[in-house]
Amino acid sequence: MKKKKKKQIISVVLISAVAVIFIIPLVYMVSTSLKPKEEVLRDTAALLGSYLDFSNYARAWNAFPFGRYLFNSIFVGLVTTALTLVTSAMAAYAFARLRFRGRDKLFFAYLATLMVPLQVTIIPLYMILRLLGWHDTYAALAIPPAFTAFGVFMLRQFFLSIPMEIEEAARIDGCGRFRIFTVIILPMSKPGLGALAIFTFVNSWKSFFWPLIVTASDEMKTLPLGLYTFSGQYGTDWTALMAATGISIIPGVIFYIIFQKSLVQGIALSGMGGR
Amino acid sequence: MAAIFVIWYGSQNFIYSNGGAKMGRKSKRTKKKKAGTSSGDFKYAVFFLLPNFLGLFIFTLIPMVFSLIMSLYDWPLTGTPEFIGGDNFVKLFTSDPLFMKVLKNTLVYVGLYVALNVVIAMALAVWITSLKRFNEFFRSVFFLPMMIGIVSSTMIFKWILSDNGVINTFISKLGIEGPNWFGSTATAMAAVVIVSVWQGFGYNMVIFISGLLGVPDSVKEAARIDGANPAQTFFRVILPCMSPTIFFAVVMTVISSFQVFDQTFVSTMGGPNNETNTLVLHLYNNAFKYQRLGYASAIAWVLFLAILIVTGVLMRLQKRWVTYEN
Repeated sequence: MKKKKKKQIISVVLISAVAVIFIIPLVYMVSTSLKPKEEVLRDTAALLGSYLDFSNYARAWNAFPFGRYLFNSIFVGLVTTALTLVTSAMAAYAFARLRFRGRDKLFFAYLATLMVPLQVTIIPLYMILRLLGWHDTYAALAIPPAFTAFGVFMLRQFFLSIPMEIEEAARIDGCGRFRIFTVIILPMSKPGLGALAIFTFVNSWKSFFWPLIVTASDEMKTLPLGLYTFSGQYGTDWTALMAATGISIIPGVIFYIIFQKSLVQGIALSGMGGR
Repeated sequence: MAAIFVIWYGSQNFIYSNGGAKMGRKSKRTKKKKAGTSSGDFKYAVFFLLPNFLGLFIFTLIPMVFSLIMSLYDWPLTGTPEFIGGDNFVKLFTSDPLFMKVLKNTLVYVGLYVALNVVIAMALAVWITSLKRFNEFFRSVFFLPMMIGIVSSTMIFKWILSDNGVINTFISKLGIEGPNWFGSTATAMAAVVIVSVWQGFGYNMVIFISGLLGVPDSVKEAARIDGANPAQTFFRVILPCMSPTIFFAVVMTVISSFQVFDQTFVSTMGGPNNETNTLVLHLYNNAFKYQRLGYASAIAWVLFLAILIVTGVLMRLQKRWVTYEN
């Protein structure tokens, strides 16, 4: 028994060492952002400069419209997530519970669209958005990414696990389809809807390729794209760049701390194919 | 994330699609008895399906068909498109030396990234689940870069892997002169892989952890009683139990890594000497820099086909390596 305990302690110590090495990049991001600008190349392995220099943050903050980018990222993420939840849940209900001709074939076609990488559709999509007059608008950022078959698939699996008897009892009591959907199915699927919401929001939050294609002006940029633009101007000003990077990752880290549990559950669920 | 549940769905179709169909049929019978006609359902089906279907139609289906058509044209951004048949594809494989390099780079990246990602994710998943305490804490630490995102991560690595960066300073203390990682042809791809793995393996790690927790204790116990040592238990018992999960993770990772773009776009723009130029970056440059939309569409379809072929091969292999219950 004692030997086992010793092994556990050694194991924890070793994995702690691995974890420390693993987060070295983050440590040096913070450390660099607090070094005086002129000392940045002196001894890069040193954690501290001759004094803590917060002016890097001021410099980054002035050139980096963090508030605007943050607002854009959150706003676009929320709109995409809301749209995804509503439309996916409705379609998933149709596939899970309604009977109509060609249902299974249509569902298979839906699944097939999941195979298509965004890059295959991006050029015509770009042209369509220009035609609609959506280029460089919130509509372009938030609406097209909301329509994927992923949510439909995930929620359909969830709805199928709800016992049919509950719904049939409600129908006998004279409940219509729409009421069954809003009063029975949706409230019973809260974990599934929650996982899908977090998933969609995180994906939107991290996306870079899509905003890069559909936006042009600075006012429409989201955080990752904004950081990229900033690096174009301050690419060699490492202290300011690390300060801006640090600022830009804070919201994501806070989000992670709050929603970690649901996020991890959602990933585990999806990765196991819903089993 | 390119969700490819359809593959999973396909590989599992004896569980899901038949199960689903059966459920549908059963419900048909019960409802015919109890609730009467089914003709009313069609109206509701249209209502429930329409919002999602319209969006998918406009933003996925039409662009997809259109992109295939465009790949057969010489299609400038402004001016009249000209039909040229399969010339774009012929040109890609015969007279665009850059394309062959880009294709090779992409395959190298996919191979390195997927192997490192899956092995590291599995190793840490096993390690973390073996701990009696702090396992949630360590899971959080290693998953953290997933939430930092690839653009921020690339910024940080551009700095610590720069000429005079942290890593080279450490290396120089050992008496070795480190390269300009992202800037020299020999190491640029390695640098891109390093930042991608650092940022990306947490996702698979979380999947593997829950997979490992799902292996029944009775199975492990049985192996132990039969005298298997820990390594044997892992390779002969636990890995086979997890093979469907691993297979799914590998396929997902392969597909998403074929679409690598953000890290190369942010760090190197494909350089130096196109050593880190990849399919999607080549597509982006052709479409949005050189405005050759037809040619770029052809690249997009080659990417799609490459993904389909590799996934198809993996599906073949899974019959030999993946064990499903029942």
